[in-house]
Amino acid sequence: MVLSFDATLADRDFDVSFELADGETLAVLGPNGAGKSTLLDLLAGLLAPTGGRAALDGSVLFDVGPGRRVLTEPRGRGVSLLAQEALLFPHLSVLENVAFGPRSRGVHRTTARVTALHWLERAGIGDLAGRRPAHLSGGQAQRVAVARALAAGPSLLLLDEPLAALDVSVAPAIRTLLRDVLAERSAIIVTHDPLDAFLLADRVLILDGGRVVESGRTGEVLTRPLTAFGARLAGLNLVPGRRTTSGFVGVNGLHVPLGPPVAQGTDLGLAVRPAQVAVTLQAGLAPGTSCIRAAVDDVEHRGDVVRVHAAGMAADMAPIDVVTLDVVAGAQVFLTIRHADVAVYPVNRPSLPGPVPGAPLTGDRVDP
Amino acid sequence: MNTAALPRWVVAVAVVGGLFLVLPLVAMALRVDWPRFVPLVTSDSARAALLLSLRTSLSATAVCVVVGVPMALVLARTSFRGQRLVRSLVLLPLVLPPVVGGIALLYTFGRRGLLGSSFSALGIDIAFSTTAVVMSQAFVALPFLVLSLEGALRSVGTRYEAVGATLGAGRWTVLRRITLPLVLPGLVSGAVLSFARALGEFGATLTFAGSLEGTTRTLPLEIYLQRETDPDAAVALSLILVVVAIAVVGVAHRVRPLDRLAVTAAGTPRRRAPEAVR
Amino acid sequence: MTRNGRTRNSCHLVLTAIGVVVLTATGCGAGEPGAAGSGGQADAVDGSITVFAAASLKETFTELAERFEDEYPGTDVTLNFAGSSDLVTQIIEGAPADVLASADTRTMGKLADDGLLAGPAVDLATNILQLAVPPDNPAGIATLADAARSGVKTVVCAAQVPCGTAAAAVEEAAGVDLTPVSEESSVTDVIGKVTSGEADVGLVYVTDVLAAGDAVLGINFPESSSVVNTYPIASLADSGEAATAQAFVDLVTGDEGTAVLQAAGFGAP
Repeated sequence: MVLSFDATLADRDFDVSFELADGETLAVLGPNGAGKSTLLDLLAGLLAPTGGRAALDGSVLFDVGPGRRVLTEPRGRGVSLLAQEALLFPHLSVLENVAFGPRSRGVHRTTARVTALHWLERAGIGDLAGRRPAHLSGGQAQRVAVARALAAGPSLLLLDEPLAALDVSVAPAIRTLLRDVLAERSAIIVTHDPLDAFLLADRVLILDGGRVVESGRTGEVLTRPLTAFGARLAGLNLVPGRRTTSGFVGVNGLHVPLGPPVAQGTDLGLAVRPAQVAVTLQAGLAPGTSCIRAAVDDVEHRGDVVRVHAAGMAADMAPIDVVTLDVVAGAQVFLTIRHADVAVYPVNRPSLPGPVPGAPLTGDRVDP
Repeated sequence: MNTAALPRWVVAVAVVGGLFLVLPLVAMALRVDWPRFVPLVTSDSARAALLLSLRTSLSATAVCVVVGVPMALVLARTSFRGQRLVRSLVLLPLVLPPVVGGIALLYTFGRRGLLGSSFSALGIDIAFSTTAVVMSQAFVALPFLVLSLEGALRSVGTRYEAVGATLGAGRWTVLRRITLPLVLPGLVSGAVLSFARALGEFGATLTFAGSLEGTTRTLPLEIYLQRETDPDAAVALSLILVVVAIAVVGVAHRVRPLDRLAVTAAGTPRRRAPEAVR
Repeated sequence: MTRNGRTRNSCHLVLTAIGVVVLTATGCGAGEPGAAGSGGQADAVDGSITVFAAASLKETFTELAERFEDEYPGTDVTLNFAGSSDLVTQIIEGAPADVLASADTRTMGKLADDGLLAGPAVDLATNILQLAVPPDNPAGIATLADAARSGVKTVVCAAQVPCGTAAAAVEEAAGVDLTPVSEESSVTDVIGKVTSGEADVGLVYVTDVLAAGDAVLGINFPESSSVVNTYPIASLADSGEAATAQAFVDLVTGDEGTAVLQAAGFGAP
């Protein structure tokens, strides 16, 4: 393992610990104020913890506790930070910006420039070396920032929503660049976008209120979320429920027959994409499907689809169907899912969330 | 000129206010005895005063930069108990009548002053020396530098410095290669203002340093003295000071746009060029 | 240069306008020029007069003005103290004054030359120089020659101001060559340097030493009698209260005035 991290920060109610393997990229997700930036600042040395210990490649970043207080200066940590804004030094040329890291570590000017040019080429902008930051577009500036962060030769790269400030038309190209450069190195990326997590990270850490609420392999966490927040982030419906003799029974009454392996009484979660939840006025009775009756709570227009909320689940419908079926708040509908589209899995991992807030706990169950 | 957005009387009052500031200077220029102007401003005493003024003001500005930059850094980048009080005290010479500053300096560095008596014992005599002039000027000019530099430091923020530190730069490197270049426009305009203030210093110099041609009699003191016997010379020399002041203000204005650039780069997201021809 | 001329004229107009505004706004107690009749035939001693007096006359004239107002009920004396050359400049620029008491005959002569005096100036008092030293007299000054010793910090007035002119004349008369550390532009500044202990000795008028009280010690020196500074007083031609102005001049130059002035250290004219 390359990084171990365990820190508390009393006045921000922050208490997080995790580990990161060599060459691994960790995505940190969470709502605003969850402590994502605090995590990065603690690692970069811009903030001191009230307690805890972190070590990178065996060297201590901080070690604070009763009777001990070790805080390595930012420069000595081998940690580079790439922020939402490029923050290029406006008085230095692109090349000088990128050469800043090597120069600061005592590398000779000529060598530093070679290194800088190498990383600029790698970021696909070798031709911009002589420019001033003021004469760069947002995407170009962020490419320079990436090159600058990497040219410093960090053991750990921290990325704080590196795509958030970019134009949607530019973000994909930078994401591709990041994917390329993150492949072989240890990195932590704070993001709002599960797509970033999927494309860039091996593992995911979900923070809420200064605590880790979920963590695991990216595919695992984002296809089998344990928390309502994790599910929302992954764009999934999460129906909490229990194992009964006949299979899965959700808190909203949804029933899915299951095979024998899981013991009765186990807490389970059911994940399904909103697009795979069908809304009908008649109960669907096709084999391999499950169906519940529910009252529509809310109808939400989302561009080319309409999202219908009922029984603690979301279902996406084509607008024309909404009109045809006259789906409005309060209407009685049937929600149907195909068993092939759902994932049912134990959720008694770290902390089991309660029922989704506002979800009705009853619904008419219709077995296939 | 587009005045549509303002009530006319506001513009009228503004014009009157502008005239109030400019007319006295025009009136003074009208009083200049032009045929005698060159001899008046190149007389031995005038030249001695002008050279002394430039020399001392430059020295005072240098003192302000050497002392004021660390002061501004401490005020802008650290926090400690009583910081607000310290800041108010630093700004005090701005609002203090210069004579009061001179008296205060006298009781500190004068022969019988708080520190002056020790200096005297060491054989260092500050009063009546050019050093005293520089000290008087630095005393009244220092707040200008500290104030404008602290403002620049605050508006630039600490984010670039944080980036520099994570890239491996030590504190001194961050200060030298990031912080100071970023606030350079603020530093230059602060230094220019300090220079202007030092050049105009009168009260504290008169009280603390005395008035002797070539040693302590700076241009403002010379003007004040010439008024007694030769008002024409006083007017001519005043005009020289006005011209120098205008030049200084011009320089200070010239560095402003740079100032704004640094602030923009650091602060609110500015409009970026569209993703270019890559 | 028509354009230039026009600009200049309009500037003068505006300046005059501002001047009028200032006069009205401050409401100087002085009789406004021409207000009491341009002939100046106001025989009665009443009304308001403005007296411009040299700064060194501040204490004495303040007292004398009070006495004057007591003696002539209905009169009101406004005093304006400044350096003599300042006062003369102000009067030439049109400041409303009825009486001028100057610290030297030269500045008064300037007004006489310009025809701004109502009559010939009268000598009011005299003043001589004295050596002013800190009370403990650290340099042991006893004579004018002591002030010329090397290592002694001597402060004098600059040659451009009356006390400096006097100092230079005394130096010449006594054959002493002072090398001052500072040539101040006013007596106050010389006294200040002595009271603060910065200077070992200052060359100022005996009245200044008296006015400074215990803060400085005055030392007479024989050569001082060679340069006697005379204070002239005169009422001004533009006065709107000629009789009152003259009455004030009479009081100041009379027995009562002389007594007050001599108590302050001035000599008889």
